[in-house]
Amino acid sequence: MYPIGLLVGRPGSSMDNKTGSWRSDKKPKFLQKDCIACNMCFEVCPEGCISGNGKNTYIADYDYCKGCGLCAYVCPKKDIEMIDEGEEL
Amino acid sequence: MAVVADPKQNLFASGHTACAGCGQAIAAKIVATVSGKKTVIANATGCLEVFTTKAPQTAWRVAWVHSLFENAAAVASGVEAAMRYLGKIDEVNVIAQGGDGGTADIGMGSLSGMLERGHDILYVCYDNEAYMNTGIQRSGLTPLDSNTTTSPVGKRSRGNPRPKKPLLEIAVAHNISYAASASVAFLPDLKKKVEKALSYKGPKFLQVHVPCPLGWRHDSSLTIEIAKLAVETGLYPLVEYEYGKLISVRKIKVKPVEEYLKLQGRFRHVLKDEEALNQVREVAKANIERYGLAL
Ligand SMILES: Cc1ncc(C[n+]2csc(CCOP(=O)(O)OP(=O)(O)O)c2C)c(N)n1
Ligand code: SF4
Ligand code: SF4
Repeated sequence: MYPIGLLVGRPGSSMDNKTGSWRSDKKPKFLQKDCIACNMCFEVCPEGCISGNGKNTYIADYDYCKGCGLCAYVCPKKDIEMIDEGEEL
Repeated sequence: MAVVADPKQNLFASGHTACAGCGQAIAAKIVATVSGKKTVIANATGCLEVFTTKAPQTAWRVAWVHSLFENAAAVASGVEAAMRYLGKIDEVNVIAQGGDGGTADIGMGSLSGMLERGHDILYVCYDNEAYMNTGIQRSGLTPLDSNTTTSPVGKRSRGNPRPKKPLLEIAVAHNISYAASASVAFLPDLKKKVEKALSYKGPKFLQVHVPCPLGWRHDSSLTIEIAKLAVETGLYPLVEYEYGKLISVRKIKVKPVEEYLKLQGRFRHVLKDEEALNQVREVAKANIERYGLAL
C-alpha cells in the first residue's frame, strides 16, 4: 500500500481553529435595536460565524469573527457598529 | 416567520484561514451551501484550497478533493464518471472549482475537455483577478492596468498591459447548457445562478467576481462595495447564457470608472494617468455597448 494523501473524516473540523484571535483593531457590536432579521449579515459574513433567530437576536461568534466589518457595511438598518477591540460590548 | 440564521447550516465552516473580508470565502460558502450535502467538490490549488484545508482539518461539510493546480476539471470528470457508473449521478451534484489562474490559465485545457466531453458538472471560477495565493502575480483574468508583482507599475509600465481573457465567452463557445457571470455584491443573484446552473444537465460554468483585500489593496470592509462598483461601472457585466445564447443581462445606471478604481491600491496610478484612465473607460464602454448594459 502506498499512501494516497491525507484523508480527513471530520467535516467542518476547521472549527478547531479559533480565528477570532486574528482580530486586532475592530469588532462588530450587534445593537439589537432596529434589526429587521433580513439575514444579510449572516449571508455576507466570510467566516460564517453569525447566528440569529428573529429580529434583534443576531450576534457574531467572537471565537471566529475576524473583524472584517462587512456585516456592519451591509446592514440596511445600521444596527451593527464596528467598535474598538478593547471596548466593552 | 423569521428565517433562522444558523451557522451549522453553512456547508462551509468557520475557522478557515482566509484573510479578513475575503470575497472568495463568501462566494464559496454560498456555492457549497446552495449545492447541498450531496455534493462532491474537486478544488484546484489556490487560496480557496489552502485556506479551507489547513491539515489535518477541513472547513468543508461536503465531500471535497484536491489533487493539483491544473486538473480540478479532470478530477471532477472522473468523479462524475464514477457517480454515473454507480447510478448516483441524479442525486449528487459534482462541482469543480478554482481561482482565475487555476481556471483561465493552467487549468484551461482540462476545463475545455470537461466542457467538450459533456460531463454533468458545474465549474465555478472564483475570479479575484490574479494569482493571489503565491503573492499577486498577473493571470489571464487580471484587468488592464492592474498593478501586480509581475506587472509592476513604473516609469515604463502602467501595470498589466493586457485586457481580461474572455473566459465566459470561451466557455459559451463550447455550446454548454448554461454559463453565467456573478458577483459577491449580489448574493441573491449568485444563489439563483448556482441553483439554476445545477438544474441543467451536462456541463455548466459560473464565473464569480470576488474582491481580494490583500491583492487589490483595499480595506476588508469594502469587499462588497468594490464588487458592486465593478458591476455598476460596466467593468464586470453580469450576464447569463443558455446554449450559446445571451438570455439575461443585469442593467446598470452607469457610474464613472473612477469610483471603482479609487478604492483600490492596485489602480492608484491609473487615477494620475489620463491615458491609462481612458483605456479603462474604453473597456467599460465596450462592455456597456456589447451587452446593452445601460439603463
Ligand atoms: C503546477 C503548479 N504550478 C504552480 C503552483 C504554485 N501555486 C500554488 S497556488 C498558485 C496561485 C493560484 O492562483 P489562482 O488560481 O488565481 O487562485 P487564487 O489563489 O488567486 O485564489 C500557484 C501559482 C502549483 N501549486 N502547481
Ligand atoms: S466583522 Fe466580518 S467576520 Fe466578524 S461577524 Fe462581521 S462579517 Fe463576520
Ligand atoms: S489573499 Fe485574497 S483570495 Fe487569498 S485568502 Fe486573502 S483575501 Fe482571499
